[in-house]
This record gives sequence, structure tokens and C-alpha cells, in this order.
Amino acid sequence: MKPLTFTLRETPPERLDLSSLTPEGLAGLPAREMGGIKLGMSKRGLTVGDLFRVSGSDVQNIVFEGGNSRFDGIGSGMTEGSIRVAGDAGAQVGRKMRGGQLLVEGSTGPHAGSCMRGGRLEILGNAGDHLGGPLAGELAGMNGGLLIVRGRAGAYAADRMRRGVAAVLKGCGDYAGARMIAGTLVVTGGVGRLPGYLMRRGSILLDRMPEELSPSFVACGAPDSVFAGVFDRYLVAEGILKRPLLGAAPGKFGGDNAVAGTGEILYRR
Amino acid sequence: MQRLTVNGVAIDDTFAEAFGMRATAIIITASNRKWARQAAITMTGFATSVIGCGCEAAIDVELSGSETPDGRPGCRVMIFAVSTDELQKQLQNRLGQCVLTSPGSACFAGLKGTADLKLGAALRYFGDGWQVSKKFGGRHFWRVPVMDGEFLCEATTGLTKEAVGGGNLLLVASSSAKALAAAEAAVAAIEKVPGAIMPFPGGVVRSGSKIGGKYKGMIASTNDAFAPTLRGVTKSELGPDDNAVLEIVIDGETSDAVAAAMRAGIGAVTALGPDKGASRISAGNYGGKLGKFHYHLKDLLP
Repeated sequence: MKPLTFTLRETPPERLDLSSLTPEGLAGLPAREMGGIKLGMSKRGLTVGDLFRVSGSDVQNIVFEGGNSRFDGIGSGMTEGSIRVAGDAGAQVGRKMRGGQLLVEGSTGPHAGSCMRGGRLEILGNAGDHLGGPLAGELAGMNGGLLIVRGRAGAYAADRMRRGVAAVLKGCGDYAGARMIAGTLVVTGGVGRLPGYLMRRGSILLDRMPEELSPSFVACGAPDSVFAGVFDRYLVAEGILKRPLLGAAPGKFGGDNAVAGTGEILYRR
Repeated sequence: MQRLTVNGVAIDDTFAEAFGMRATAIIITASNRKWARQAAITMTGFATSVIGCGCEAAIDVELSGSETPDGRPGCRVMIFAVSTDELQKQLQNRLGQCVLTSPGSACFAGLKGTADLKLGAALRYFGDGWQVSKKFGGRHFWRVPVMDGEFLCEATTGLTKEAVGGGNLLLVASSSAKALAAAEAAVAAIEKVPGAIMPFPGGVVRSGSKIGGKYKGMIASTNDAFAPTLRGVTKSELGPDDNAVLEIVIDGETSDAVAAAMRAGIGAVTALGPDKGASRISAGNYGGKLGKFHYHLKDLLP
């Protein structure tokens, strides 16, 4: 079976909610009804048929041929199958996803992977602010799974993260790993101001010493770390990095002692 | 008894009788081979027989850095017991007292099995609240702060119910020196077989046993039929020129591993020949009624 492909006809005139176009959302839906699914966010009432040319039939394997920064909520809550976006995506890509694979070949807006619990979300371009983070009022952000940004991420990456692995490869903005509850955030290419601000537990793993830390972090020397070795091998085996990140004895800052203080920032010396 | 001969070594037409056991395996690593071995040897000390030690354990294979999860040298250790509960208890105690304590050690699952046994999931409490849980790549680890840094330990390892304990070879020779030479050759060959361990000292038993004894409460007593000094007073299995017998006991992850180990052992002993080693190979059984697994020597010739 050929992948179910949504080919964009022209730039959408408004923001779109694509959260219904997931493998489980479309399973069992007859092809003729697919064109009638409403995607528009205004009274215009745009449908799939208005925006896309639809081909293929394998709902486990969805492709958006041509993306746009107005594509919001792609892969929301997906649990299985795969979605590939050949282009950019808007806000909340892969929000609350629980399984399956989601690949964005371009860049995304804010809240990519927000509160995701499982599966693999990979963004080849850049991601906006609040990568993996919660929406206003939610207590925890990313809660499992693997989130990879090959480009750069904005501020508050992995905000309130609780579980899983998030990796940003070309640096990120201020407050990376702010308010982390647990989990692992990897950043290569540098972080902005105050990484780990108010983190309670969890690990922030860096390829260099952070430049500006909250004074409530304490240097903890550089003891040998088997964990660093095992995690380095995982990053390479998973295809996230080409070379080991931390080395055998990374430097460590413990914090944030303004809160629980059992988090850590490990960095290659 | 009908005698088969390979390279001058007589092979008895008999079989080894073995039992189903529960087994698990872990991988212990350290900063170098010496300390990985030390942790493994300490952990598998006093683990020769379930009769008195609660479990049977030994190093299965040594692993190079490219074969371990953390890239450091290590050992795969196998542990066998008669019940899942006893196996968990032995594993936990030995891990906590012998591996956690060994400098620079780390511990990983060494078996994928039908059920899980706790490793770090039990030891983490040593961290007194500062232990750290890490889940990535489908695996769960515990990091326990210790005085030389951190003890990294996978949360669980696998349990197999397919394991077999009690495969054996009896090596009969004209002198104890020759018996030992034959036993050493067999041990060296069996060490290369993956999934099989020899829990006794250096892989060799000199006090083979029979079930029960004349004294009340004895689970096992000396195997008088193979004791050379008792030829005159017991129904001996030994001929006039047989002056020493050593036994190799084998536990395997599977029945096939035990068979492969016995085959390797027989191959090494027959290759050595009767002039330098054993003149005869036999095996221990209980008439075939107690153990589910029978390994006939004639089926395992090189």
C-alpha cells in the first residue's frame, strides 16, 4: 500500500488544526469522506479537500507533501504508525503523542512535542519556544518518548519535563530545562542564560560548560561516570549524535538548590 | 558393561542425569579486567552447590569492552537456584555485598527471560534518597551515589526456567596427577562454551556425592562407588588400576548448552589420552528416575 499523502495545493489562508489527521484518527474512514474533514480555524470552514490533494491509502503511514508554519497540531495524540511532514509545521507538533514516529523535515513553531509520553518525534530544522513543555495550567511537560531537534530550539526547552529524552543539537535559548521534574535533556551547541532554572531533579547534558548558571547551582567536581559512558553510547546507537557527548568523567553542577536540588548539569570538560 | 573407546580412553555406556533449574545472568563491568573479574569472583564465591550455598554461580564468559553496555571490560556471571524466590534472594545479597562494594563496578542485565528479577530496583535504597532513576532506549537504570562516584545498575535482569543443573563427567585415572590434568583440560574446553558454567573450585569436584547417607539428616554423602580407597568394602565402580576420580559439574542456560559443554569436555579429555590424563570417562546418575534431563555419553562423542 502507498502512504496516505496529503499534497498541499497552495499556502493556507489561515491557521489549520491538523490534529485529526493521525493514523488512529483516520483508521477505517472511507476515502470519499476524507475530503470533508474540517481543518480550518475560522468561519471559512476549510476542509481537507479544499487544501490538499489526497492520494494513497495506508493510514499507518501518512505523508504531508509540503508543509507550512500554519499547520498546527500535527500528530496530536498519535499512538502508532508514522507521519512525515516534508516541510515546516506550526505549533504543538506531536502534542501528547504516545507512540509511533513523527518526522518534520522543516522547522516547527512553539510547543513541539508538548507533553508527549512516548514515540519518537524528530525535527530536522529548528523548533520554537517551550519544546516539549506544558501549556498554561498543566503541571508537567514531556512525560516520555524521544524528541530530537537537529537544529536550534527556542527558550524554555524541556520546560517542566518529567520523563524521556529530549535532544537539541544546534543550541537552544534561555532557561533550557527550566523547572525540570526529571528526565534527560541533551543540548549540543550551547545554551542560553540560566539552564536548569528551578529544576528539581533530572539531567541536563551539555557538550560544554554552561556560561551563565543560577547561583543556586553548586559545582560537584568531575567523578568518573559509568552513566555518562552508557548514555554516550545510547546517543550514538540511536543516531542522535555521531560522537560521544560527555566522555568518561564529565563535570557536574548540582541544583537547583533554590528547590529540591537533586538535579544535575553534566558537561564535557 | 559395554566399553566404547576413543583415542584409548574408555567411555562408559551411561548417562549424566540433570535437573531443571531457575537461572539468571548479569554483566559486571569495571574500569579494567582485573577489577571486573574481582567483583565477579567475589560474587560467585561460596556458590558451588545449591545443597549448602543456596545457589550455584560462576563466570560464564569474560567480555571485552566492545561487548559490554558501557564499553568497559566485564564478565557475564550466571547464577542457578532451585526456585525463583531463592534466586532473587541470592542475587540481591551477592550483588549488594560483592558487586556494589567493588571499586568502579557497574552491573547490567545479562539475560532476556520470561520474567524479571530485581537488580538496581532492590539495591537503589542504598542511595538513601539520592538514587537517580534513568530510563532510555527501552532500558531502566539506577544510579546510586557511592564514595568513588556512582554505582550504575540496571533495574532488572531476566529469569529463565529452561536452565539445567547437574550435567557431569567423571574422569577416572591411574593417578591423581593424571586425573587433575584431564580435569584441567576439560575445564579449559568447557569455559569456551557460552551459557555453561562449572560452579565448583576451578570447575572441578573431588568429593562427588550420592544422595543421602547412613546418618540422619545428611542430604548427600561420599560417592563410595567411585572412591578408590573403598574398593574392598563397597560395590565399587573402579578397576584395579583406577586410583583417582575427579568430577566436572556443569550448569547450563539451556539443555543444549549442557550437552555442548559435556561434548567439549569429552573431546578435550579424549584428545589428551590415557597416558597423560584419564583412562576412562563416566557420568553420574540416579537411575534416571529423579532428573528430567539425561545426557548419554555415547551421544556426545567428539
